[in-house]
Amino acid sequence: MNEAGNGQEQGDGRQGRPLTLTKKDFTSDQEVRWCPGCGDYAILAAVQGFMPELGLPTHQTVFVSGIGCSGRFTYYMDTYGVHGIHGRAPAIATGLATSRRDLSVWVITGDGDALSIGGNHLIHCLRRNVNLKILMFNNQIYGLTKGQYSPTSEEGKVTKSTPFGSLDHPFNPVALALGAEASFVARTIDNDRHHLTEVLRAAAQHRGAAFIEIYQNCNVFNDGAFDALRDKQHGAQQNQIRLEHGQPVVFDDGRRCVRVGENGRLEIAEAASTPQEQIVVHDAHQDDPTLAFQLAHISTGPTQPTCIGVFRDTARPVYGEAMEAQIEQATDRLGAGDLGNLLHSGDTWQVK
Amino acid sequence: MVQKAVEEKERVVVRFAGDSGDGMQLTGDRFTNATAMLGNDLATLPDFPAEIRAPAGTLAGVSAFQIHFASRDILTPGDRPNVLVAMNPAALKSNIASLEKGGTLIVNEDAFIKRNLEKAGYAENPLEDDSLDAYQVFRVPMTSITVRATEGLEVTKKDAERSKNMFALGLVSWMYGRPTDVTIRWIEQKFAKKPEIREANLAAFKAGYNFGETTELFAHSYEVKPFQAKPGTYRNISGATALAWGLVAASVKSGLPLFYASYPITPASELLHELSRRKNFGVRTLQAEDEIAAAGAALGAAFGGSLGVTGTSGPGMDLKSETVGLAVTLELPMIVVDVQRAGPSTGMPTKTEASDLLTAMFGRHGESPIPIVASSTPGNCFDTALEAARIAVKYRTPVILLSDTFLANSSEPWLIPDANSLPQVEPKFATGPNDDRGFMPYKRDENLARPWALPGTPGLEHRVGGLEKEDVTGNISYEADNHERMTHLRAAKVAKIADDIPSLQVDHEEGAELLVLGWGSTYGTITAAVRRVRAEGKKVASAHLHHLNPWPKNTGDVVRSYPKVLIPEMNTGQLLKLIRAEFLVEAEGFNKVQGQPIFAEELANDILRRLG
Repeated sequence: MNEAGNGQEQGDGRQGRPLTLTKKDFTSDQEVRWCPGCGDYAILAAVQGFMPELGLPTHQTVFVSGIGCSGRFTYYMDTYGVHGIHGRAPAIATGLATSRRDLSVWVITGDGDALSIGGNHLIHCLRRNVNLKILMFNNQIYGLTKGQYSPTSEEGKVTKSTPFGSLDHPFNPVALALGAEASFVARTIDNDRHHLTEVLRAAAQHRGAAFIEIYQNCNVFNDGAFDALRDKQHGAQQNQIRLEHGQPVVFDDGRRCVRVGENGRLEIAEAASTPQEQIVVHDAHQDDPTLAFQLAHISTGPTQPTCIGVFRDTARPVYGEAMEAQIEQATDRLGAGDLGNLLHSGDTWQVK
Repeated sequence: MVQKAVEEKERVVVRFAGDSGDGMQLTGDRFTNATAMLGNDLATLPDFPAEIRAPAGTLAGVSAFQIHFASRDILTPGDRPNVLVAMNPAALKSNIASLEKGGTLIVNEDAFIKRNLEKAGYAENPLEDDSLDAYQVFRVPMTSITVRATEGLEVTKKDAERSKNMFALGLVSWMYGRPTDVTIRWIEQKFAKKPEIREANLAAFKAGYNFGETTELFAHSYEVKPFQAKPGTYRNISGATALAWGLVAASVKSGLPLFYASYPITPASELLHELSRRKNFGVRTLQAEDEIAAAGAALGAAFGGSLGVTGTSGPGMDLKSETVGLAVTLELPMIVVDVQRAGPSTGMPTKTEASDLLTAMFGRHGESPIPIVASSTPGNCFDTALEAARIAVKYRTPVILLSDTFLANSSEPWLIPDANSLPQVEPKFATGPNDDRGFMPYKRDENLARPWALPGTPGLEHRVGGLEKEDVTGNISYEADNHERMTHLRAAKVAKIADDIPSLQVDHEEGAELLVLGWGSTYGTITAAVRRVRAEGKKVASAHLHHLNPWPKNTGDVVRSYPKVLIPEMNTGQLLKLIRAEFLVEAEGFNKVQGQPIFAEELANDILRRLG
């Protein structure tokens, strides 16, 4: 079986004819039923618009989702799809992707789905480096169950289940993914189609597990949670720290930068007063995740200057490939399995 | 050397008991192999604690292995041993009650020191008082003879002492005329890379054998002649191996690559171990992060066209239930193996019980019927694995395959089936549109099964999921009538499998008024008990269920045709509840939940009492 999901040009299965699909080909006939104004619409449009670029036919592509508003995504893609159960999409997708290397498998999940009920599956598929592209829609709220706080909700958040404020300290999803040894970690924003597509492109080209946190506005239960990063009126232009591999980390139209402060900690500084050599140069490809981890912690939440883009993109053996390699090695060494030989292996005796 | 007398025996039950660290399972396993090679029929019962190394010498640390072998066909590992080998006081204390009166007790005399006696809770040395007068006691200083036998070898005293299990094996091998070459060959292979350990074990084994032959202690040995079984090639097989091989066979016969996902759990881990060795059959094994992930990965692999299997025991069944429910809605082939153990909760992980039948039947929310297949003997685990795969693939449904600790660990001679004549399983993947409107993922065939359309197939792109599906199209539907229709369709599909399974076979006896109905690993016990009852001149019938959902079509007729129905189970009456509810018969139960199989004797006595 061929590789898939790495962005290379592929035929449609009919001998070398280049595939010219459009957004329409990836759009199913199902009526989209998210709340009007939901950030999910923009993500869906961006993904449907991007998929043709991969050059993979729709039948080679599978979307697997969990439970929550994001879970419905699968039904809207005219590909193969599994709408699973709460939190388990990475587990289901792990079985699929490791047994079918020819498929391009995408996981759609949310902050509650991926980080709460499904936290275990997420970290383990990241550490195994299963060939999955995981899109986690983070709206910092439980939307489908009508507004309880989520594992990414800020401390003190007042919701239906926390009328006196949430006591929970939130996860930093990017840092969590890095801690889980993810080989590709990125963050983007629902309404920035261009940036979102760029991140999708980088994820698709990555071999192995790619984790993408997408800040996604829930206009019904948590409206404006990401205004500081997604709304010009609220200073998005000034707060977005766009990471680019090999480039100095400067933002706010070049006015501010990230530099190494005292004690080795990263800090935000005025670019004009910072010597060039002190400005951090982003390196997404280094094996050491320290820089990426520090960049993930430059802010304590999406209300401040926050890094977006690809934090980490490194090469590591891909789980399904390694599994297949073991099968090939075993077959080379032992010969293709013969059932009769297996049943007669070891001590046997005859009764006449 | 004086030639000792040889006495012929029809059947013998030997129980090896010692500390967990004494290697009793290994000793039993080797004795079993030699016995199998000799051609006796046999059945085994390993019995060990959950603790890997409980404090040495304590009652909690006692590990035992029982083997029943005979020159005729036998069905159970035996109720009461005729011979007990006790390697220390704790092993004696926890096993002596099971030894038949007048039975042979062989003790490792060296271990009966003050400290060990105290640990076992003996105030006095039982070898020195009259408490063992009912038995033929043989005091053998196994440790010291073993150490002497290994003198001159380059082994530490500790390693020499550790070989004493081979001494015991040698001694019992002599007593029952077991071939020595099988064991010697095994020791040579097992310790090929550790020559000094190999030599010590060989020396201990031979010393044990020669001890029996030369000492005055044992007046004679016994012979158990080979059993004249059905002609063919045999091997000894445990339920765990048979089940794993059945899954491999199902993969070969269906052409579906096997994907086995599991989380380590006693006693199901053996399946993961065995299957992970079978990569040259294209078997993919995934040791998942948890039970839920294992089920999810198996289902995901099934969506992609693998034979998706997850295996576990009771606690894992609880965790997998939501995913199994998803498989019910997705209508994809999947096998869930439950190697049952004593519950609830962690219960007794290494002890047997068959108390997950109702979990298998009902342990999911909503209306979620699932076919259930249960294995009856170690060798039968092979057949039921194939059967579970056949049903799963043909009817696009998860299937629960019930085994148990006893079956998994127990072994018996197995007539090796001809691999070529095993039935094929046809996956019949969808290849194109099945309707004027295009591809309808929930349009059913004559078996009510929906198409299995694999990703990668052009034109069949479709979405499945846990939300209720519209009949035929598979679109999400909240429509009232549709949900009811789908609920009934899912149930009808499972019910229809009854047309496709063998009817319930009854071992009837003219005039019998009592039917003993069983399922699972009680098969051997029930059959042996029925044999005993008949030997007493009483009439009794028996039948054994391998399919528990749906039932064989004649099940109702069978249970209604006897005035009395007795259902022996290693639970408090789970099949009993189902049979009473389903067929409105006044069946009664014979129930045992002691972490041990039911004994043929106790069941036979119960049947005799009922027959009056």
